[in-house]
Amino acid sequence: MNLYYYASPSTFYPLAGKLIPWFAALALILTVVGLYISFFLAPTDFQQGEGYRIIFIHVPAAWMSMFIYVVMAFWSAIGLAWNTRLSFVMARALAPTGAMFTFVALWTGAFWGKPMWGAWWVWDARLTSELILLFLYVGVMALQAAIDDPRRADRAGALLNLVGVVNVPVIYFSVKWWNTLHQGSSVSLTGAPSMARIMLWGMLIMALAAWMYTIAVALVRARSLVLERERQTDWARTLLEGKP
Amino acid sequence: MNWESWEAFWAMGGYGLYVWGSFGVTALCIVGEVWLLRRHCLQTWQRLKRMKSWETQ
Amino acid sequence: MLKFLFTVIRRDVLLAARRRGDWLTAQFFFVMVVSMFPLGIGPEPSMLRTIGPGVVWVAALLASLLSLGRLFADDYRDGTLEQMLLSPYPNTLLALGKAIAHWIINGIPLLIIAPVLGIQFNLPAEALWILVLSLAIGTPILSLLGSIGAALTLGLRGGGVLVTLLILPLYVPALIFGAGAVEGVFSGTGPEAHLSLLGAFLILSLLLAPWVSAMALKVSVE
Repeated sequence: MNLYYYASPSTFYPLAGKLIPWFAALALILTVVGLYISFFLAPTDFQQGEGYRIIFIHVPAAWMSMFIYVVMAFWSAIGLAWNTRLSFVMARALAPTGAMFTFVALWTGAFWGKPMWGAWWVWDARLTSELILLFLYVGVMALQAAIDDPRRADRAGALLNLVGVVNVPVIYFSVKWWNTLHQGSSVSLTGAPSMARIMLWGMLIMALAAWMYTIAVALVRARSLVLERERQTDWARTLLEGKP
Repeated sequence: MNWESWEAFWAMGGYGLYVWGSFGVTALCIVGEVWLLRRHCLQTWQRLKRMKSWETQ
Repeated sequence: MLKFLFTVIRRDVLLAARRRGDWLTAQFFFVMVVSMFPLGIGPEPSMLRTIGPGVVWVAALLASLLSLGRLFADDYRDGTLEQMLLSPYPNTLLALGKAIAHWIINGIPLLIIAPVLGIQFNLPAEALWILVLSLAIGTPILSLLGSIGAALTLGLRGGGVLVTLLILPLYVPALIFGAGAVEGVFSGTGPEAHLSLLGAFLILSLLLAPWVSAMALKVSVE
């Protein structure tokens, strides 16, 4: 088992191609199971009625938005330390999906906040940090899009990503501190006092589905990036003879 | 079973707008991302193929 | 080592002193942005007092971003930056020196102007003093973090707007602690907690930012 073997673009490309359908299928199955639990097995919440069912996407999306940023930082660090091109590609392939989940977390947060708090948006510590996380994603993607040279784009994005990941806890802490001082909202998102086990399962399965989806989409994006960068090599040229 | 009828299911105990608004937009985001990605991949493939055919000429 | 640092700082400050029009723009921008707020919101003294610290701080962030574009760009264009990066001294010192020079040129004038603007917003004397103190601790953070953004966007088209996108989210803690310190005076909780957190953030950025922006410079110049 040689990691460098799998890190070479010519092995990665067909391997990823074989893995993608599996991850996509897993994502689909887990989503169906997760949705079944969220709508048919999970009981009605005695405080929030049926409205609480939004957590089955809100919480997994919020988890994903943070995890993906950290995973991106992990690949960025590896890329900067060992100069492996594929790590940068992975970091880059994850960014749009991370931004998408951040947006979903914000959107569903607003749709949950309206019936529960009576307002579409409150400057709650978590919602605010999530908004700033979205800005961080946008920053990394905008920087990479503005640089034409892929080598420089990779490295610059990776550095910004690492600065962001160091800053995220500081931002979260500062926003939380600011929130307690101003006492904006006394209701917190963890309002459900005793979460039924089935609800936890629902969220976990939805989160797993989101993971599988993320892996599948990131692999597709990474393959496209790899092919574009390796277009001068022999394996890519022979590949381009065939069908996509 | 939680729901007595399909109407009750879509109404979500009065929270229909919020629940379906959230799930609907999430589904739209995912479908949109997959669609955009698919289009991007196909375009990249065709562009690279065209570039290669120019080089060999 | 220290001599190199001082040379870098001295050079930038001298260059800025020769081209006064350039850096005065950012200071006037600061004054104007702050003065627009009462016009947009209304002149009630109590309202102005509540928003004053936040407005001055946000304007300080924007003014510091405005001047970041020139932090490395001039030296990059005439090739000096490349020579400096090749010098035997650590690049971290170069980045640190540049950030300190940026603070001397753009940060210190803000400290002098800020009390005058605070008076416009009806801030009491004690709050004015804390405002200046919070800016004194906070503006170096803006220069240090900003130097990372300036280094990353070196030579890119549309670099100025891009820096804003990259760096503004990173400024959030400085804004919260800085403006919060002045509000602490009004609310009676006192500014000490905020100021010490701001100081901690300054130390963190002082330790990490020059190092990262040196790496970013290398990536951008290569």
